[in-house]
Amino acid sequence: MEVKEQLGNVTASADHLLGKRMPAKPLNKAAIVTRLTLFILAALTVYAFYSFDYKELDFADALLGTFANLKTIFLEPHLKHFSFGHALYQVMITLGLAFLTTLFGAIIAVLFGLLAARNLSSKRVSIVIKSMVAFIRAVPTVLWVLIFAVAAGLGSTAAVIGMTFHSIGYLIKAYSESFEELDRGVIEALQASGANWWQIAFQAVIPSSSTYMISWTFLRFEINFAVAVAMGAAAGAGGIGFDMFMASSFYLDMREIGAITYFILAVAITLEVFAAKIKRKLKTA
Amino acid sequence: MQADIFAKKKRNTLAFLLLLGAVTILAMIITEYNALKGFASIPKAIQWGMANFYPTAESLEKLPVILDKLQETLLVSIAAATAAAVFALLFSILGSNTTRVNAFFGAITRGIATVFRNIDVAAWALILLFSFGQSALTGYFALFFGSFGFLTRAFTETIDEVSGDSVEALKATGAGYFSIIFQSVIPSSIPQLISWILFMIETNIRSATLIGLLTGSGIGFTFNLYYKSLAYDTASLVVVVIIAAILLIEYASNYVRKVIL
Repeated sequence: MEVKEQLGNVTASADHLLGKRMPAKPLNKAAIVTRLTLFILAALTVYAFYSFDYKELDFADALLGTFANLKTIFLEPHLKHFSFGHALYQVMITLGLAFLTTLFGAIIAVLFGLLAARNLSSKRVSIVIKSMVAFIRAVPTVLWVLIFAVAAGLGSTAAVIGMTFHSIGYLIKAYSESFEELDRGVIEALQASGANWWQIAFQAVIPSSSTYMISWTFLRFEINFAVAVAMGAAAGAGGIGFDMFMASSFYLDMREIGAITYFILAVAITLEVFAAKIKRKLKTA
Repeated sequence: MQADIFAKKKRNTLAFLLLLGAVTILAMIITEYNALKGFASIPKAIQWGMANFYPTAESLEKLPVILDKLQETLLVSIAAATAAAVFALLFSILGSNTTRVNAFFGAITRGIATVFRNIDVAAWALILLFSFGQSALTGYFALFFGSFGFLTRAFTETIDEVSGDSVEALKATGAGYFSIIFQSVIPSSIPQLISWILFMIETNIRSATLIGLLTGSGIGFTFNLYYKSLAYDTASLVVVVIIAAILLIEYASNYVRKVIL
């Protein structure tokens, strides 16, 4: 078989030398799907631009306006409606929201992640949990928050519960995938030695995937910070996001948006640098 | 000796848990999160949902309007991800360690990507709202900038991972820069790149809902309209339609991933 293929290649290149054109790569299913996907995406993009409701927007004007705004935002930031200390405190609130959601999400996700891992649970339980996760993830976070806000009232309580839903969904997926990477032999050996399910889970499975779990959890913390900013703006969860929303939609103060953007940017980049450090440390440990 | 190790391990765990507990309490105080109210609201929300949050025959009449808005949101999400991918590919080739032209250029492109990635789409939406107003373009550009930042990082890592050896081999044979990029780097990483684009589209649809809420366009605005006017049955129909769309796209992209990866 292999020889035949190589022979084919040789004749193909010979044909090529003789001036006959041969396709450089045989067209298999993967190549077809790749091209088709790219084509469909390009076609939909063109159609999207054609179908947008521009509302008689002068595109060039708006674009120039945006550049001017960006200049104001990033080069002339100031704080007018609140002080530096207040902004710092609001950032702490946003970080607090992110922390609580990540913690609650992680605790719940460890349990369900164990049940969702195919090698630790039955096929049926795993499928049930995985489809629940797909459902939870399909509802955008802001909708979860707003749905809970009807019961708990707008504010941090609804925000934390709503955001926790997505964290759980995300972390169950991440955790169970890293649990599934554990060697079958280890579990079988422990089972043979008479260890029960809890012992296997907490003495073997979790310790062996703890580095993955830490890096996934921290990544989720980073995401939750961004989500918390957005929830402050869209669902009244408080924190720096709410101030940003006020500056943009209420005071129409571009420079204040700039100052707030710098605050958010500083925290986000700090978290990213920190995450990179954790990752490096875990890799070498 | 061994007892020492266990004791030390136990002490470390205890210290970690205490720290975690302290931070949790601090976070609860500054965010004014009420744990009791939080837990109580879950059954309350479920009860309320069972009673009010389902589509009725009346709300089904609004389905054509909702589907129209959904189509707009889907197109915005796809167009933003696709266009951002083109720019991200350029930036990631210039920023990747194996394919960059020189270190100075690489650092600059990486820096730009970092700034774009760390400004959230919600922030972009609020900034762009000033000049683009309540049109689809506000959402489009917000998603475009967000996607660009994320995809640049993802593409850079993919290119670093995939093309190290083959680039070196081609350089040794004396191949030019562009032929290395187009004959080796892009073909060998295209399946992963497509996978990231599809992931971005899924994420964008979720973000588009949020942006719509903030900027007054697309499916997010439709939801907000019914939600604020307490028409929960119609709002629930919007949620159902969004879920269906996201699951469908997830299914399609999982199929594509399975075939090409």
